[in-house]
Amino acid sequence: MTVHEQALARPKTQAQAKTQAQSKAKPYVNGYLGGILLGLLLFLTFFLSGNGLGASGGVNHLLAWVLDLIAPRFVETHPYWARYAGGTLRAWDNWVVFMVFGLLIGGFVSSKIHGRWQVATNKGPKLSARTRWLLAFLGGTLMGYGARLARGCTSGQALSGGAVLAAGSWAFMLALFAGAYLFAYFFRDLWN
Amino acid sequence: MAPFPLDLFKTLGPWAYLYFLAVGFAFGYILEISGFTESPILAAQFYLKDFRVLKVMFGAIVTASILIFSAVQLGLLDYNAIWVNLTYLWPMVLGGFIMGIGFILGGFCPGTSMVAAASGRIDGVFFALGVVFGVGLFGFLEPRFQNFWFDSYYGRLTLFDLFHTTPGVIVFLVVLMALVAFALGEVAERHFGRKTERKPAWRYAAGGIALLAGLVLAFTSPRTPMEKWERMAPQMQPLLTERKVYVHPGEVLDTLANDKLRTVLIDVRSERDYNLFHLKGAWHVPLEEIPAVIPKLLDMTNAPNVVIIVMSNDEALATQAWKMLVASNVPNVYILEGGINHWLDYFAEEDGEAIQPLQVPAGAQEVLRWDFEYALGDGYKAAFPEAHKYQGKIPYTPKIELKLKRGPTSGGCG
Repeated sequence: MTVHEQALARPKTQAQAKTQAQSKAKPYVNGYLGGILLGLLLFLTFFLSGNGLGASGGVNHLLAWVLDLIAPRFVETHPYWARYAGGTLRAWDNWVVFMVFGLLIGGFVSSKIHGRWQVATNKGPKLSARTRWLLAFLGGTLMGYGARLARGCTSGQALSGGAVLAAGSWAFMLALFAGAYLFAYFFRDLWN
Repeated sequence: MAPFPLDLFKTLGPWAYLYFLAVGFAFGYILEISGFTESPILAAQFYLKDFRVLKVMFGAIVTASILIFSAVQLGLLDYNAIWVNLTYLWPMVLGGFIMGIGFILGGFCPGTSMVAAASGRIDGVFFALGVVFGVGLFGFLEPRFQNFWFDSYYGRLTLFDLFHTTPGVIVFLVVLMALVAFALGEVAERHFGRKTERKPAWRYAAGGIALLAGLVLAFTSPRTPMEKWERMAPQMQPLLTERKVYVHPGEVLDTLANDKLRTVLIDVRSERDYNLFHLKGAWHVPLEEIPAVIPKLLDMTNAPNVVIIVMSNDEALATQAWKMLVASNVPNVYILEGGINHWLDYFAEEDGEAIQPLQVPAGAQEVLRWDFEYALGDGYKAAFPEAHKYQGKIPYTPKIELKLKRGPTSGGCG
């Protein structure tokens, strides 16, 4: 079996594991409760450090750091990257990078504790796993690109900017929901 | 001065990294227990089947904004020292729209995809890789779109400045909007949803509390800069009485000539006096308009090399302006010693006959002691004397010391 076939076979074997895992998995909390908890955390970060939450900024800093390791000259000559990793700047040395590491650990720990850790591909019923992966990558690309263009993602822009009533963040949020609702119709077969 | 936010890297040193790691941990944990690792649940928001995304996001925004602005109102938190995303309108709208398409195509947003990946979801892994690719792509293409990326800049613009109201009123409207959206969402879930979760009865109580808090905030007027000054006057008054912030005209001239500094001159006098004569580049902001320009000054002073010098004919009005700015967390604000009158004591001679001393009644306050041939504004030579001519000829005690602004100068997205 080639690696490629193994990768394709994986969801099948997981399908059996799924029923097993799901019986142990605890249900998710109510959306309102999740919102209140997230709001308390958001308030706490603003209250203590003056900053909100962030995610995509961390990706950006880490990418600049990796680029600086493999192609320092390129970083020095390109203003966008030099802004994060030029000269003596250490691109990893930023709070949002640590927040992203925490995010990964927190997600991992919570899914383990609640019996929800599971290698699986979530998708609409009409999609193959491979198509889902491709679309997830494409969607991620648009998200990453858009997040940099808008100077923030759902966490740094919509949540954090929204809570402190930044005008641009609210415009961003409306545009995001508008984009998703407008295109939901065309992509209905992906999810239903 | 409001005790919060703290400068964590100063108070905790390297332990601050641990704090941010812990915050990230809680963030990831909450996203996971809220079910944000399951892309079909997230996507269902846009087919009106499951309003989890709206409940969590809007619930968080409402909760946080009520608490933030209550803490500000109680004098515990300094709003001017917290990071408010700067508005670049069109890049944000277009970026948001593109992200919306990415959301419905990929089923995640950047943060949730990382949490999904961390809990084993392969689609989360692919999405997160896509995010890295997209971020990189933007970085490589940025030089081509730089003009657009920096377009339509409005600085630290808030909804309450935009609509000329108080933060409390906006918080109340946000609460109202959220409750209506939640109610509509529940109706939609009943119609289009699959078997949805049982909805807890406490949500009505929570909604009521939020509404009440919003109402209280809407009916309390926020502290004015002068009221904020009254609270911090005991600590800050010595700066004035010991004259540590009154800067000699000679030092102002040298500061203006210093290329490494960006000097912002603020002239608070009447329009008549400003039109007669003002320093070149001075910004005319009458005293009553000072509160309105504070967001702009907070934005400018994110750069660490900005010096602000306020001036009036003498010192009284400029000192009032100084108090308002300092109480509003604007860093590096100084006052022109002796005001424009004292400035002209040194530089009126530049213009010979055109600027003449004027007899004013003894004890007159904030009156221009000089007579001008024409209202030339900054057209006089004394409005921008050549610094090198005076190099070392005007003795003064240097007082300007650059300090970093309290609070973050960039967000999680920079």
